[in-house]
Amino acid sequence: MHMNERTPRQKMPEQKPEVRRTNFNEVSLGFTPEMAKIEASRCLQCKKPQCVEGCPVNVNIPGFIAQVVEGKFVEAIKVIKGSNSLPAVCGRVCPQESQCEARCILGKKFEPVAIGKLEGFVADYEREKEHLPAHIPAAKKNKKIAVIGSGPAGLTVAGECAKAGYSVTVYEALHTPGGVLVYGIPEFRLPKKIVSYEINALAAMGVEFVNNRVVGLSETLADIMSRFDAAFVATGAGLPSFLNIPGENLQGVYSANEYLTRVNLMKAYKFPEYDTPVIRGKSMAVFGGGNVAMDSARTAVRLGCNDVHLVYRRSKEEMPARAEEVHHAEEEGVIFDLLANPVRLIGDENGRLCGVECIRMELGEPDESGRRKPVEKKGSEFIIKIDAAIIAVGNGSNPILQKTAPDLKCNKWGNIIADEETMKTSVKGVFAGGDIVTGAATVIQAMGAGRKAAKGIMEFLESGNW
Amino acid sequence: MNYRDKMMHRIHSNEIIKPTLGRMVVEAPYVAKYRKAGQFIMFIIDEFGERIPLTIADSDSEKGTITLFYQIVGTSTMKLSHMKAGESLFSIVGPLGHPTEVEKYGTVVCVGGGIGIAPLFPISKAMKAAGNKVINILGVRSANLLILEDELNSIGDSNITCTDDGSKGRKGYVTDILKEIIDIERVDLVVAIGPVPMMKAVSHMTKDAGIKTFVSLNSVMIDGTGMCGGCRVTVGGETKFTCVDGPEFDGHLVDFDSLNLRLKTYHAEETQSYDSYKHKCRLDGVNAHE
Repeated sequence: MHMNERTPRQKMPEQKPEVRRTNFNEVSLGFTPEMAKIEASRCLQCKKPQCVEGCPVNVNIPGFIAQVVEGKFVEAIKVIKGSNSLPAVCGRVCPQESQCEARCILGKKFEPVAIGKLEGFVADYEREKEHLPAHIPAAKKNKKIAVIGSGPAGLTVAGECAKAGYSVTVYEALHTPGGVLVYGIPEFRLPKKIVSYEINALAAMGVEFVNNRVVGLSETLADIMSRFDAAFVATGAGLPSFLNIPGENLQGVYSANEYLTRVNLMKAYKFPEYDTPVIRGKSMAVFGGGNVAMDSARTAVRLGCNDVHLVYRRSKEEMPARAEEVHHAEEEGVIFDLLANPVRLIGDENGRLCGVECIRMELGEPDESGRRKPVEKKGSEFIIKIDAAIIAVGNGSNPILQKTAPDLKCNKWGNIIADEETMKTSVKGVFAGGDIVTGAATVIQAMGAGRKAAKGIMEFLESGNW
Repeated sequence: MNYRDKMMHRIHSNEIIKPTLGRMVVEAPYVAKYRKAGQFIMFIIDEFGERIPLTIADSDSEKGTITLFYQIVGTSTMKLSHMKAGESLFSIVGPLGHPTEVEKYGTVVCVGGGIGIAPLFPISKAMKAAGNKVINILGVRSANLLILEDELNSIGDSNITCTDDGSKGRKGYVTDILKEIIDIERVDLVVAIGPVPMMKAVSHMTKDAGIKTFVSLNSVMIDGTGMCGGCRVTVGGETKFTCVDGPEFDGHLVDFDSLNLRLKTYHAEETQSYDSYKHKCRLDGVNAHE
């Protein structure tokens, strides 16, 4: 099959908005093998592929795409797995439009190759059709590594180090491993069976998972280091920020973390089959403009809320959310109240939320972030009647582990300070990466940090040099 | 799934000791080894269950067991009351929260109301062991709801039990007894655990008397590690998380009224879940406690 670069980018088949509004099934239906081959054939196989440099874990993109063109999907997944241990996840949640696909030469004149969709396709093909046997680790090495936190950074380190023959134990505070992949990202964007498949693959390689263990509360980091040769701290950005406006403690006001955890991890969308409840509002507001805000708004739609308002203080152009998520949210009927900011939450006589007062904003001069600063328009206050609200304005660093690890140096926001290349911290043998170091970022950035840390850890364990 | 929690939380005993109160001894070796007075656990009853916080009343580090008291109020605690010795809980995480600040204060009055007597027990014990004079005040609505009376009586330098209806000990409220005590002797610390109105009334009284007071809050929570913020409470005008900043706070600074309202958030859903479970029980022929 030969296609020239004018073959249009294959459109991902999706559930229709009016259908998916009522279910939690994945929005994308996935490429067919034929579509994948056509899409792959659009790749120019550049000599100096820019896409690889745009990828935080430097996946050999032209290499795997060449295999897809040939229909060798299992060979393709093997190429990806050389540098990315969670391809089914990344194919779905990576912001390809600002990474690999942003650098694709085709994108200059036409549309870029759908690298993310192809990655997801081959990973799904392997999981559903082939079931590759577990990776056989290299010869067993006599060194033990503790990974604290089982989100994307922790899983990456566990996978890389186990593959190299190290014995790895992963500690997770919740009852299920996966971190933000299981409590945060909704089923319709990332089916949980995909996460459990990846984690089972690590377990099959010999990684030990200890759930329900909050390191730093009883056992400290020092206790862990007395049993292990190295540790990787990846405890994430789990401490929700609030707006600090009146009425935040009213019934019906959630942090996005709480709302999404109830629905995703605890399966409140299946209440009362599952015991955990969540308020199903008739009219709701989500505050924020990032991916988590989109996830929250789209979850509220699926739980039967007719009027979901997304209140964001800047305009659509400044939204940090991925364009695809914003587009999906709009298609599903989320109402965008842009250039508006909540001022106070209003409760009824029983302490239950019944409205939010917002104020209109306009964009002024650029601020430190380079984005134009939103300024309040005096006298433009207005009220939206709501019975539930979700605050999705970011997360601070979770402080539990650091509290009992006084030698572990942190910055003024409580993020652990780690070397940018090796991910070494101020404590010998302890590495850190992911959101606990950078503040809230993306899954793939955490995995990128995990890859660097795995290299750093193995170098340290081989050489003993700190 | 092979990565599931391998720790089995086998139940050693589970008895309904009062009409709406249960006492369970369950395996949780890590918790039993490390727990300190004032800390709590979260359990999940089965794969459908909620994450529910419960305070730890006692532990046996040799057997690796912890003792939990629970009030049968909702679906999870109803399910808990149906569990039998030999069966296992799906999940237990802990110990969570800050331990009580145990030191030698002088005279410590430990006030427990209802099920709050259970978490009070280890605190009273620890305060006594730290060299304090300990006065226990136990208050319940009626004699048939009183727990751990003998155990606490064996700790305190003096012990007073009171009931709302006079069916056991003095007739009256814990605040009546507390008032009598602070009128006649110097009290250095009050620890109060029980229903929100009780903790509010005690804190109000000790604030006027200028006595340092700890209360232990039982907020609605999901993860118990600071991640969800559902357990937030206003303390001294600031937002605090019960799970990581507490569960004990300065009673003089807690906004009890907003806490009380937040605790009622899921009233309708709890009723729905409970009814649905009772219906399932009838279908399965299980005898649900009404």
